[in-house]
Amino acid sequence: MSGSLGAWEMIVSGDATLYAIVRLSLAVSLSAVAIAVLIGLPLGAVLALTRFRARTALIVLLNGFMGLPPVVVGLTVFLLLSRSGPLGVFGILFTPLAMVIAQALLVVPIIASLSRQTIEDLWHEYRDELTAMNVGPVGRMSTLLWDSRFSLLTALLAAFGRAAAEVGTVMIVGGNIDGFTRTMTTTIALETSKGNLPLAMGLGIILIALIVAINAAAWGIRVWSEQRAG
Amino acid sequence: MNRRLFSAFAALALLFAGSATAVAQDKSIVVASTTSTQDSGLFDYLLPLFKTKTGIDVKVIAQGTGQALDTARRGDADVVFVHAKAQEEKFLSEGFGVKRYDVMYNDFVLIGPKSDPAGVKGTKDITAAFEAIRAKQAPFVSRGDKSGTHSAELKLWKEAGIDIDAAKGEWYRDIGQGMGAALNTAGAMNAYVLSDRGTWLSFKNRGDLEVVVEGDKRLFNQYGVMLVNPEKFSTVKADLGQSFIDYLVSEDGQKAISEYKIDGQQLFFPNAARDPS
Repeated sequence: MSGSLGAWEMIVSGDATLYAIVRLSLAVSLSAVAIAVLIGLPLGAVLALTRFRARTALIVLLNGFMGLPPVVVGLTVFLLLSRSGPLGVFGILFTPLAMVIAQALLVVPIIASLSRQTIEDLWHEYRDELTAMNVGPVGRMSTLLWDSRFSLLTALLAAFGRAAAEVGTVMIVGGNIDGFTRTMTTTIALETSKGNLPLAMGLGIILIALIVAINAAAWGIRVWSEQRAG
Repeated sequence: MNRRLFSAFAALALLFAGSATAVAQDKSIVVASTTSTQDSGLFDYLLPLFKTKTGIDVKVIAQGTGQALDTARRGDADVVFVHAKAQEEKFLSEGFGVKRYDVMYNDFVLIGPKSDPAGVKGTKDITAAFEAIRAKQAPFVSRGDKSGTHSAELKLWKEAGIDIDAAKGEWYRDIGQGMGAALNTAGAMNAYVLSDRGTWLSFKNRGDLEVVVEGDKRLFNQYGVMLVNPEKFSTVKADLGQSFIDYLVSEDGQKAISEYKIDGQQLFFPNAARDPS
């Protein structure tokens, strides 16, 4: 009890360490989602609107990868970024950038899969109209992406939730370095291992509250812009 | 739309700038160390002192000794600070380390439930205690992670004349996790567990656990530090790493280590020799 009170006191008193950890967690997960959007959305749109031989296999693969084990992604990124690995020269293992890369890999399949489904559904609705208007492939893609933006928001939130909540990858590739790569989830794992269970729980509640708050904000934006869009 | 996108990215950049101030500093080293030195709070106490003195940021990756040495073998650390002499000497002989320096010691303690089902409380003979635990098949939690503490535990089974691979049964729980997790598990199962004293003293979720055996000479726990060989990895920051090692074995560093206490109890005892082994 005293520990969750401790976590609460840290919020109220503006504990600098806690706020730095929260900021880092948000920065890493939001960047990872941003990067995953740049890769996942076009990939989802292409899969939804084009037909090619390996398409079905790719869709099944991406759907399966929505459940990628974080620890395996972490290990893969670790081996790639390690000084002894192929990308070792860049020296980015045990940095926030390594955590962004790992989380982005983790959530690209979520964004690509969910957006493919959304866009494909909308395509069935729009097909005749867009074909009649003789809109080219790029035009179709951008129209569909834009018109499904509110549904795509759900995909982004799912991706963010997964990125912000996971601990396996960031522990391995970030190293949980105090003041540098220590995130909310790795702090919770660390405090648990120190037997500081109430503080760990308190931090867990803060993390959940943050994720809910971000979802609420996104929901608010959606409602507001839907009203504006009419 | 583009402007909105731009401001989103600008906001992200700001978040990073605010959170990762350490990124811009190039005077930093990566030290692969053990969970015991971190969980006991020693680094939280020692590193700020070192930083004030030298301006060098020390980034600690806390792992088990075996894993920390492997991290260094891949060239992902500048310095290793661990506690399993045999493993450290192997690391040196493979050419991954330059020199090994003794830094400090503390001791292992056998932790067990207050009910003491194996009846070992009060004895000073650790191998007798291990024999009793195995004879009574009392639950025992093993780290099982090639850490320094795990190495010490395996050595003690051997010294007790027990082939643990053959003797292990349902009573012997190999969990493959860190010291804190092992203590949490032992607390939940009322099991015995070997722990370094530092982690035990700073551990908060003790439940029904207490120290049941301590003071045996064989429970000695030596910590050593090594610079990763810059000839193996040109990326090793040899100068900064060496100044960290020099500080640890210096009079100042040794004094600081001896002054770190929890509840009035000293956790680590400095014993750096003038000449490295």
